[in-house]
Amino acid sequence: MIQIDKISKKYKTADVFSVSNLDLNISENEIFGLLGPNGAGKTTLISILCSLVKPTSGTFSINGLNYQQNKNELKQLIGIVPQEYALYPTLTAFENLKYFGSMYGLHGKTLKNRINQYLEILGLSQFANKKIDTFSGGMKRRINLIASILHEPKVLFLDEPTVGVDVQSKNVIIEFLQNLNKKGTTIIYTSHHLNEAETFCTRVAIIDHGKLITKGKPADLISNHEGAHNLEDVFLRLTGKALRDHA
Amino acid sequence: MRKLWASAYKEYLLLIKDFGGLVVLFIMPLVLIITITIIQDSTFKTISDTTIPILIVDNDHGTVAQTIQDGLANSNTFQIIVKENETIARDLVFSGKYQLAIIIPEDLSSDLEKKVNQNVEGIIAQFGLEDEDKSKKTTIPKKEVKLYFDPATQVSFKSSVKNGIDKMISKIETQSIYKAFQKQISDDPSEAIFETESFISFKEILPIVDDEEIKPNSVQHNVPAWTLFAIFFIIVPLSINIVKEKSQGTFVRLRTNPVSYATVLGGKTLIYLCVCIIQFILMLAVGVYLFPIMGLPTLDVSGRLPLLFLVAIFSGLAAIGLGLLLGTIAKTQEQSAPFGATFVVILAALGGVWVPVFIMPKFMQTLSNISPMNWGLNAFYDVFLRNTGLLEILPEISLLFLFFIITTLIAIVYNEKKNAV
Repeated sequence: MIQIDKISKKYKTADVFSVSNLDLNISENEIFGLLGPNGAGKTTLISILCSLVKPTSGTFSINGLNYQQNKNELKQLIGIVPQEYALYPTLTAFENLKYFGSMYGLHGKTLKNRINQYLEILGLSQFANKKIDTFSGGMKRRINLIASILHEPKVLFLDEPTVGVDVQSKNVIIEFLQNLNKKGTTIIYTSHHLNEAETFCTRVAIIDHGKLITKGKPADLISNHEGAHNLEDVFLRLTGKALRDHA
Repeated sequence: MRKLWASAYKEYLLLIKDFGGLVVLFIMPLVLIITITIIQDSTFKTISDTTIPILIVDNDHGTVAQTIQDGLANSNTFQIIVKENETIARDLVFSGKYQLAIIIPEDLSSDLEKKVNQNVEGIIAQFGLEDEDKSKKTTIPKKEVKLYFDPATQVSFKSSVKNGIDKMISKIETQSIYKAFQKQISDDPSEAIFETESFISFKEILPIVDDEEIKPNSVQHNVPAWTLFAIFFIIVPLSINIVKEKSQGTFVRLRTNPVSYATVLGGKTLIYLCVCIIQFILMLAVGVYLFPIMGLPTLDVSGRLPLLFLVAIFSGLAAIGLGLLLGTIAKTQEQSAPFGATFVVILAALGGVWVPVFIMPKFMQTLSNISPMNWGLNAFYDVFLRNTGLLEILPEISLLFLFFIITTLIAIVYNEKKNAV
């Protein structure tokens, strides 16, 4: 589904590579977790895969489509849930969703029905006509998610989709994503919530300093590291306990 | 096409949901145009509603001083206040209480008469009509009318007053010479030998349309200039709109959507062009309906509306192009808003909104030729004041359109380069 070949990225102002010579294959229908400490290169890798950032070297393809030759087809194929709320705060939830849906070529009843359907599933129907700037963090996260899946993408990228939300919202989001995955959507997600990743992901990759350290099913990774009881133990053993502050 | 309409509709929603912003967008240009027109109206009036109080110190007490005072009083521009001495008058003017003080020197009338008589007698003697008595010839010192101006007085006002007084004194001198000749030639003072009225006069010939002279007034001058200024201010909210998209993350989302930057900008262009046109309609409405109620001249748009709208649309497009470019390049609102506002003021100055282009230094006149506001203003003046047709404004509106195309293309290319993947 996703084939990443020796992808590297070095930003103009940076001294080191954010992503370095990274190879990765993600199969169809996986829920793939990209894990790593702050500054490990997770967001850069997702940004490259979403055609937001140009790799310094290397290449990738999604569903056989090359990012350089099939840019528009690729955009139609994927959905991106950015870390920040990429919504118009003064517009209502419905207006936001209608606009972003129409950018994928959706219109009329199809668009309206999909918006209402997803608002219903994520428990936001009664807030459809309320302005986004009146929403709580959890509500905004859910609208942010709906705005990315209205066109029913084959591949969904999520950059920390549950950050800053309460447990209730988090559970609704995770359950929703699992249902999407059951319907055939491949999910690539980054998170710092390792417990969440352990149960949610079918496979994870831990990256640090832009390099792939390990990959595999969470249970396999735990069993392969002696003394590790959970994914967090594996993560700390591989990435260390030192702080990862960077500016 | 659907994406373009959806983008335009989103821009429309963003605008109407910001009520405060909407008020500023539509009300402030009206406040601007009303304020400026009221202020500038008096400079266009031949008979002003207001008179400027000025001081006169009459040390002469003769006919010349009286003629100067009468001349100034009859101009209806000045209110004459007589002061006893020069020191008081000077202090009042230099402290800013009055704009001008005129000090008429002692014996001006009698010395002028003596000087003229002496000259005339000399001329007559040259012709051999009378013997010149050289023993009678005395040296008469030159006279000086002193003018004190408030240091804050504008140069244009000073020049106009100086010219007026100079003209008045020249006339008095000429008439004195005529009178002296008359006295020498004829014994009967009532006999009119010389025609003392000016032989040469001047008349301003105004353009005539439908047997009617087109007389420019403050409104015909101000409405186009300040309307254009207001239209160009669209740069500020438009560039802020684009910068906001970047800062709130919606721009990143749009970059991941299968929609081109040109479509996104197209939606903005459509809505902001509508804003420009509504602004224009409101400003015309103020000129046509509100100004007469306020005692200002009515804005005459008869037979000109289609061309006026054409100029407004293309001026709006030029302003929008600049706004799109600025918004695309700027990273923060702190960059785009002050730069946009200042740049509009610079463009207005270059374009001749404040100072006519023909009195600018040569270098600035050349620069003015590349200011879109100059093209817009010229097109508006062509329609409003020169009563020209579509063909005459075609070069200007073509330049405005070209400016829109170029700035928008630069914005698109810049965005592509910056976000190239």
